Amino acid sequence: MAAQIFSAIFVIIIGVGGCIAYFWGANRLLDLILPSRGVSGAAAINNLRRQGYVRPWLFVGPALMILAVYLIYPVIATLWLSFFDRGGTSFVGLANYEWAAGDHDLRNSILNNILWLAVVPAACTFLGLVIAVLTDKIWWGTIAKSLIFLPLAISFVGASVIWKFIYEYRGEGQVQIGLLNAIIQYFGGQPQVWISLPFWNNFFLMVILIWIQTGFAMVILSSALRGIPEETLEAAVIDGANPFQIFWKIMVPQIWGTIAVVWTTITILVLKVFDIVLTMTNGQWNTQVLANLMFDWMFRGGGDFGRGATIAIIIMIAVIPIMVWNIRQANRETGGH
Amino acid sequence: MATKTGKSFIGRFGVHIAVLVFVVIWTIPTLGILVSSLRDKDQIVASGWWNSFANSSQSEAGRLPGASAQTQKDGKYVIEGNIFGDGPRREISAFGVKSSAPTQYKAGSVVDLNDGVTLQMNADGGFVLSSPKAFEGDRGQRVYFASSAPPKFTTDNYRTVLFSEGIGRSFMNSLTVTIPATVIPILIAAFAAYALAWMRFPGRALLIAVIIGLLVVPLQMSLIPLLRLYNGVGTFFGVPSKTYLGIWLAHTGFGLPFAIYLLRSYIAGLPREIMESARIDGASDFEIFVKIVLPLSFPVLASFAIFQFLWVWNDLLVAMVFLGTAPDQIVLTAKLNALLGSRGGNWEILTTSAFITIIVPLIVFFSLQRYFVRGLLAGSVKGG
Repeated sequence: MAAQIFSAIFVIIIGVGGCIAYFWGANRLLDLILPSRGVSGAAAINNLRRQGYVRPWLFVGPALMILAVYLIYPVIATLWLSFFDRGGTSFVGLANYEWAAGDHDLRNSILNNILWLAVVPAACTFLGLVIAVLTDKIWWGTIAKSLIFLPLAISFVGASVIWKFIYEYRGEGQVQIGLLNAIIQYFGGQPQVWISLPFWNNFFLMVILIWIQTGFAMVILSSALRGIPEETLEAAVIDGANPFQIFWKIMVPQIWGTIAVVWTTITILVLKVFDIVLTMTNGQWNTQVLANLMFDWMFRGGGDFGRGATIAIIIMIAVIPIMVWNIRQANRETGGH
Repeated sequence: MATKTGKSFIGRFGVHIAVLVFVVIWTIPTLGILVSSLRDKDQIVASGWWNSFANSSQSEAGRLPGASAQTQKDGKYVIEGNIFGDGPRREISAFGVKSSAPTQYKAGSVVDLNDGVTLQMNADGGFVLSSPKAFEGDRGQRVYFASSAPPKFTTDNYRTVLFSEGIGRSFMNSLTVTIPATVIPILIAAFAAYALAWMRFPGRALLIAVIIGLLVVPLQMSLIPLLRLYNGVGTFFGVPSKTYLGIWLAHTGFGLPFAIYLLRSYIAGLPREIMESARIDGASDFEIFVKIVLPLSFPVLASFAIFQFLWVWNDLLVAMVFLGTAPDQIVLTAKLNALLGSRGGNWEILTTSAFITIIVPLIVFFSLQRYFVRGLLAGSVKGG
């Protein structure tokens, strides 16, 4: 363990030191090769111009290299591998996609993912917005927001344990130590095994993600709400609008852009949801989702890279519209810059 | 007018209640594992954690000693003792001798069993079984009783989990993964962000678009090719394919698009005049970056560091793909996941382990919430 701590410290020093050495050294080298000081005016201007071509690439170089190896190459390779067999060696054409079209587990996962997509982003955004509006009106709103925001710092695995404890089931007549069943029993209901309850168990898993992400939606929307000009609200009050009208007709339309950003951010998160399903059910009882199914195929029986890659591509296809929209938004904003 | 103020009073009261309900729903789950992790492990299964400050009651069964323990007293054969033996005493409220009626008699009462045999059981667990005839057989009388124990809080669970369940070791592993993976990307991203914000070069717009695109590329797209790459490199050089170096670089790569995006939007917003006056004074881009941009960017660097720290610390997927599951590599999240499988019913282990895994993020989060929120706003609200 001492060796491990030592190597971690060593890596930090090497990593940071290496970065500093690279950036400083590369700059110095460029100045030496193309000097701009101590040479004649024309040569200096010429060298400065040539430096201007090279220097940006020195700055973005390391980042570009890492991005190329860890993101750009893999995206292309995954697409490529989806046309190959389990070991990634022989070309199988569209066989993996044919398998995907007919596979029962995969269809089930897609349906579950759609269910998640329909519920979680909407629930988080709606709850986040409601809480943001309510907490804005009270003196202890900041504390309340902090507490609702807190689950965002908790890992999905930790959150799964927390909620598994709430869903804990014991036989009828026994003392229920899971909060949900205890409440149900207190009111005379039947304790249930929530995480294997057909169809509804998906919702019990979604609750975990909603619990985590509502704080995110709340913070972003709360700051957007504060950006709404006072006058519009005052005008609405003078015109006799009730609180619900003010909320739906004055506030919501003005922060529509922010709502879209929150919605899409959570949508992407939902498409990648993996940890919660793995730890709660590992896809049993019809709760499988794409990301967990892919993980399963990556390692099942030594791993099937072809099918795993195909599932990754399916997730990617779902993300592409949001990606295009994001790039367009960004281009519009930086267009004048 | 009177009705109006009345309505707004109810309305305001309603807002307080509504927020309170939300806060309770959002905090109760975490509170549950915190309280449970501090409870005695027998009490965790005996009563819900919300009852942990009340005496916990449970139904128990035991067997009195057999004939060999009998003594003669006043012409009767007597077996005496305490049902709890040398173990911890609990308070008995009722007892019985049939499993169908385990709490038939109140503690302290003398019960006629059969043929003149009487059993008395007291609240402290002491019992007297007496009979006019000698007892026979080694198997003593079966008894059932309801006992209650005072609330008991302990840090034993933490000791067990940290030192014998391997959570302590995993905690160190998580730190080993997280700190370098947080520090390394910062400088790399900062230089790239500066170039993308303030230097003009062909392909800059394309690069920005690519980075914004990569921002949303699912991690799943990277896993298989990188796993193959790592395996290939491992085989080629004869080194293990699952190493800390591998995961540091992987987390650096996965964190870079967000880092560059976040830093670029901040650095691009720095006042142009500062940059230009420095340039007129003859400062090079490198000097401007180091002497002006870096110090001014401290808040956004802190935001990113917190994000990356939380993301790496809480990550399960990358750790499961790129690190092994041996004790010297397994991180907290993966360990917790493994415990869910192997210790599924041991809530004292699970709640304690879970609390240990979330405590570091919670501390980071509470102490640096301001930076966290700022980063969140800058990272997702594009252009306001």
